[in-house]
Amino acid sequence: MYAYDEIDRTLINERVSEFRDQVKRRLSGELTEDEFKSLRLMNGVYLQLHAYMFRVAIPYGTLSAEQLRRMAHIARRYDRGYGHFTTRQNIQYNWIKLAELPDALADLAEVGIHAMQTSGNCTRSITADQWAGVAPGEVEDPRIWAELLRQYSTLHPEFSFLPRKFKFAITASEHDRAAIKVHDIGLRLHKNAQGETGFEVLVGGGLGRTPFIGKTIKEFLPGRDLLSYVEAILRVYNQYGRRDNIYKARIKILVHELGIEKFAKEVEEEWSQMGDSALTLDDAMVEDIRSRFTYPAYEKLPHMPEELKKAAHDPQFEEWRRNSVAAHKVPGYAIVTLSLKPIGGPPGDATADQMDAIADLADKYSFGEIRVGHEQNLVLPNVARRDLPALWRALDKIGVATPNINLVTDIIACPGLDYCSLANARSIPIAQELTRRFANHDTANLIGRLHVNISGCINACGHHHVGHIGILGVEKNGEEFYQITIGGRADENAVVGTLIGPSVPYDDVANIIEDIVEAYLALRSRPDELFVDTVKRLGVEPFKERVYATR
Amino acid sequence: MTSPLQQKIKITGPSMITANRTWDGVVIYRTAHKGWSTELSEAAIVTTVDEARALLAEAVADDVGAVGAYIARVELADNGEIEPGNLREHIRSEGVTIDLPVSA
Repeated sequence: MYAYDEIDRTLINERVSEFRDQVKRRLSGELTEDEFKSLRLMNGVYLQLHAYMFRVAIPYGTLSAEQLRRMAHIARRYDRGYGHFTTRQNIQYNWIKLAELPDALADLAEVGIHAMQTSGNCTRSITADQWAGVAPGEVEDPRIWAELLRQYSTLHPEFSFLPRKFKFAITASEHDRAAIKVHDIGLRLHKNAQGETGFEVLVGGGLGRTPFIGKTIKEFLPGRDLLSYVEAILRVYNQYGRRDNIYKARIKILVHELGIEKFAKEVEEEWSQMGDSALTLDDAMVEDIRSRFTYPAYEKLPHMPEELKKAAHDPQFEEWRRNSVAAHKVPGYAIVTLSLKPIGGPPGDATADQMDAIADLADKYSFGEIRVGHEQNLVLPNVARRDLPALWRALDKIGVATPNINLVTDIIACPGLDYCSLANARSIPIAQELTRRFANHDTANLIGRLHVNISGCINACGHHHVGHIGILGVEKNGEEFYQITIGGRADENAVVGTLIGPSVPYDDVANIIEDIVEAYLALRSRPDELFVDTVKRLGVEPFKERVYATR
Repeated sequence: MTSPLQQKIKITGPSMITANRTWDGVVIYRTAHKGWSTELSEAAIVTTVDEARALLAEAVADDVGAVGAYIARVELADNGEIEPGNLREHIRSEGVTIDLPVSA
């Protein structure tokens, strides 16, 4: 966990006072909605179909138990008793009243939580691998650098009014859990041939209306140059990014139109002019940030404790352990993913009671720390393997031990037309129906790793382009229709999926996904050939044939 | 931001003016009595561009009470009951189409 210093605390508290005054002036009529809109958006407040929506930042997806308890309090006190974890590691409340928002922000500020960088054309909250700091084989904890970027980017005057929003993601593992290739800037910590640690910098990735996979602009950037180099990128974008057309304003369009070589040349020129500036990081600065992260005092524990041997006789526990428990960098410990994807439930939602219970379990079993993944699940990153059986029983009791991580029912979905004013079609009911169709865990395990992503509109909050199966809601003559893509992926081999054919009506979607899955089972070369690999090998034609031949 | 009054108004049938209430965001409908109601059944119905423009102008003028006023199509049942004209307005009027998560 990172401990905020006095500067951070002052900034957050001042922000609450400022917003309280702005809300007061809005409600009195002193500010018009046109004047107020950008101010509320800077504090994560959107207006959705039924109510205001409040998006709260969880920088690099790391939360303390105390912070999660406060999020439960917000849900209970100011909303309708639940929150929605998003694909950007934030939490959203859907029913909050504008008049009560300053109080909610003040309650969050007491535990170092805020809503800055969750909206607007600024650098957004930095996201990271949810296993950061605990994943085996990781180069180093990328959150140190994510925190540096957070401090650098928060309320940055030069980059608070960019042509469009700007998103960073960072990982330090070979396997990319942070989807860095579909962010404006993706950062991958790695070691070069000399054994030095630095960043591969990717730029121009993104989803939405025009999806692009990020391109490598720098193979190896020493850590000391991180801030100056990303500032050079941001300056080039700020200067040349389009402001005349919202659909062409993201950096991905600029990179695509200039070409990566020309864009890189512009960045290099800008960077060379900056020289050794105040942005060059020295070891002391990095160490200062590092020193404010606290790490668990791990014990020396056995890999296979008696408790685990005993529990292995319980098939339900074993199914969950195989699915939801991952190896930890420290022997005797494990990383546990908590599924927020119950069969028939809305993906990513957690009730206030669940949040409180998870916070208690984090205190008891995970050194008080929780992570949020972009897949809309939570993680307890530091669980002693001897505690896994007891933890599983407790998680099962509160409904977050569905053994479906990375399986067909672990669906990523945006709020869709049930909540969102931008949406064309519903996402959540489609997800719910699919989880019912594939509720049998044996079937889901037989299918294997399969990511289904659903977006209710082209803005792609559900990352449908990079779902192994992507479902995009569109509107046709007032009816909900859905386009289906297959073969996308968001990891280190990220690729945009391919459309299989014309859009289909709401009632047909679940049947079609079942057909696609059945086709895959019949077509795969062997049981361990993943869905995406079968699509890569065969293309979309056999799936298209299966879906449209009889429709 | 372009005012809704500066946008081209097109009416394809009976319509109403809807918005969200400023202090809490709740869905509201402009009534025939220069006020707002949370009940669709109390919405003023307009059928011509001129009527729609006049009612929208009145709604937009209440910037303190309402946010984002716009014209939306409705259906009128045989008994005169007002029904939302599309799925979006149906969801705004009736609420989400899913069960909200509840603590056990």
